[in-house]
Amino acid sequence: MTYNGLLQILFFLVVLTLLAKPMGVFLLRVYNGESTFLDFLFKPIERLIYKVTRVDATREMNWKQYGIAMLIFSLVSSLALYAMQRFQFYLPLNPQSFSGPSEHSSFNTAVSFVTNTNWQGYVGETTMSYLTQMSGLAVQNFKSAAVGMALAIVFIRGISRFETEKLGNFWVDLTRGTLYILLPLSFLAAVFFVSQGVVQNFKPYDTAKLTDIQTVQVDKKDADGNVVKDEKGENVKEDQIVDTQTIAQGPVASQLAIKMLGTNGGGFFNANSAHPFENPTPLSNFIQMLLILLIPAGFTYTLGRMVKSQSHGWAVYAAMMILLVAGVLTLYYAESRGNPLYPATVDQTVVGGNFEGKETRFGVANSALFATVTTDASCGAVNAMHDSFTPIGGLVPMVNILLGEVIFGGVGAGLYGILIMVILTVFIAGLMVGRTPEYLGKKIEAYDVQMAMLYILIFPLIILGFTAISSISPDFGLTSLNNQGAHGLSEIFYAFTSATGNNGSAFAGISANTLWYNTTLGIAMLVGRFMMIIPMLAIAGNLAQKKSVPASLGTFPVNTALFSILLISVILIVGALTFFPVLSLSPILEHFQMVNGQTF
Amino acid sequence: MKDLITSVLMLVVLTVALGVLYPFAVWGVSQIAFSHQANGSLIVRDGNVVGSQLIGQTFTSKGYFHSRPSAAGNGYDAGASSGSNLGPTNKKLIDRIGADAETMQAENPDAKVPADLVTTSASGLDPHISPEAAEFQVTRIARERNMAESDVRQIVQKFTEGRQLGFFGEPRVNVLMLNLALDKK
Repeated sequence: MTYNGLLQILFFLVVLTLLAKPMGVFLLRVYNGESTFLDFLFKPIERLIYKVTRVDATREMNWKQYGIAMLIFSLVSSLALYAMQRFQFYLPLNPQSFSGPSEHSSFNTAVSFVTNTNWQGYVGETTMSYLTQMSGLAVQNFKSAAVGMALAIVFIRGISRFETEKLGNFWVDLTRGTLYILLPLSFLAAVFFVSQGVVQNFKPYDTAKLTDIQTVQVDKKDADGNVVKDEKGENVKEDQIVDTQTIAQGPVASQLAIKMLGTNGGGFFNANSAHPFENPTPLSNFIQMLLILLIPAGFTYTLGRMVKSQSHGWAVYAAMMILLVAGVLTLYYAESRGNPLYPATVDQTVVGGNFEGKETRFGVANSALFATVTTDASCGAVNAMHDSFTPIGGLVPMVNILLGEVIFGGVGAGLYGILIMVILTVFIAGLMVGRTPEYLGKKIEAYDVQMAMLYILIFPLIILGFTAISSISPDFGLTSLNNQGAHGLSEIFYAFTSATGNNGSAFAGISANTLWYNTTLGIAMLVGRFMMIIPMLAIAGNLAQKKSVPASLGTFPVNTALFSILLISVILIVGALTFFPVLSLSPILEHFQMVNGQTF
Repeated sequence: MKDLITSVLMLVVLTVALGVLYPFAVWGVSQIAFSHQANGSLIVRDGNVVGSQLIGQTFTSKGYFHSRPSAAGNGYDAGASSGSNLGPTNKKLIDRIGADAETMQAENPDAKVPADLVTTSASGLDPHISPEAAEFQVTRIARERNMAESDVRQIVQKFTEGRQLGFFGEPRVNVLMLNLALDKK
């Protein structure tokens, strides 16, 4: 760990904290339907959209109507995105003439982008046409983010409204969130990214003449394009002269901006935000990290305003921030210690630690911070390869997702996730003093807690179930692994964790573009998104109907440091009790193996 | 049913606005304001594209500064970015690093090998090496090119970037730009 590294991390946290309030105030104005300084531009467009799509903007919905509208919209989006991928060969803006991905890959990708997961089983620059990227995938980046934000607002409305069924209009929340927040911020960010070197063009891939011509060994192929094998069954190699470099291009900047701001994380290129065209400078890296947490941080302030207890908003913010700092310091420390298995002739300290899978321009500190931020939120973009982190370094992103992505979390999803945890905390605090738990003037009753538990239990069921099946199935589960031993289990476990948590980052060595993984990860993403949204909406609908209970001496205050600490404890205990056994068999075991000099 | 109609219409409207107008607006502004960057920061020599300032290339000849190892395709394939994704206890990784370190040390036995020279980057396209990794290679370059070491260092100095705005990121040397400059000498 270096002073400069710690300074960069500290600077990031300070800037984020300073932006929480202005962002939160703006979110509040937008979702309350108040006027904003962007009205001159977007108000006419907003009205036009309602007219074209036949939306009655004055009609408020109850939780079921809201949920159904959201589900139908998501279904239509998935089908459209599926079709767009399958037919991309016949559509315009495909200069590399890519054919459509397979059925199961297209299903996986469609689900992945609609659920705000952005898990990627495919390789962007060799699979997707420019049109699929910008008019298919990037549109879902906007849309899934706007849906998440709308749902968070509904949950806060559920808490802050009394004796009503009305929770707002899905179409209005969707439209306003997109027009006033996501679109303008993305536009500014995209232009900034181009100034740093991110590409934005529709050219075919460029070909550069190499300065130092290379001879490489490649698999020999016969006239039909099949790999030739020798009598031992190994691939026959032949020399090939490489004198050019193909440079992939595309409309990257516009997609990159919303990928970060909407905590989507689906990279234009395979290497995601490690690719020099997707993250060219340390400054572009800083802004990308900031965009990930900007809206989630703002939402804690919006929460405080809407429930008329700003200190409650900050108490939630503090709990999140403490968990973030704990994560980033652990990760940074583990990575900066380096890998003890390297030969003694290699100097790891000059680059600051374990450097496999990291970019020189970011270094260890920015890789550690990015990995923490992207998994605290449900972003999943990466600027370093998590698969090559030290075991404890890889443990942190895993734990961040396993805790339910409530450390700021995805846009919207993080807020309603932590509010479920808040309800649980209030409930447990109530049990401890033997009173009916109350939360901001509402009694928390059996129905609310049942739904909260449903929300919490679905998550491990899917992750552990699919991980268990995959890890005992040599034919379709284990063949995809890139690493053996404990690290292999980590690869599988991380994949289902990431999919169910709607994160999208990966221990990317795993070859997940197979029938088994595309299908099961697709199911995990669907369940992880929608089966968790439904109980959440049910709680919101139930809370909104309750009467106000005046606070008494026995009410557990939710705006104190004690509350923050209790909230952190509940989050950690729920996560640890559920997942510690698997973690001890994967990264924790690997850590001890590494220290003892074992390789696989 | 009403939701279904609205869903379809909304998707069409959003696709036009966010999937066509928005990327083309960004394209228009950036092609005017930052056309060099928007098109890939390409380096053109004598009418030929010889690379991008942002994308690394493989160098193995002794007279060139070497880049980091790469897991992208056959090495620095900018049409197929990728990391090695080898875990910390993977035998393949440890063996590869051991072999590379041995080769490196043979050319400069007095110094330890900077770790970036034996580790693959996340993208496989890292255009940079650390200043220490450049310094490690100075002796070889000077010998191969019959230059004074101080002259080589001077060129390295020229292509060393400090931390952005004084503290963002890490100091680094752009290998392709450096080698192109060496060839010009």
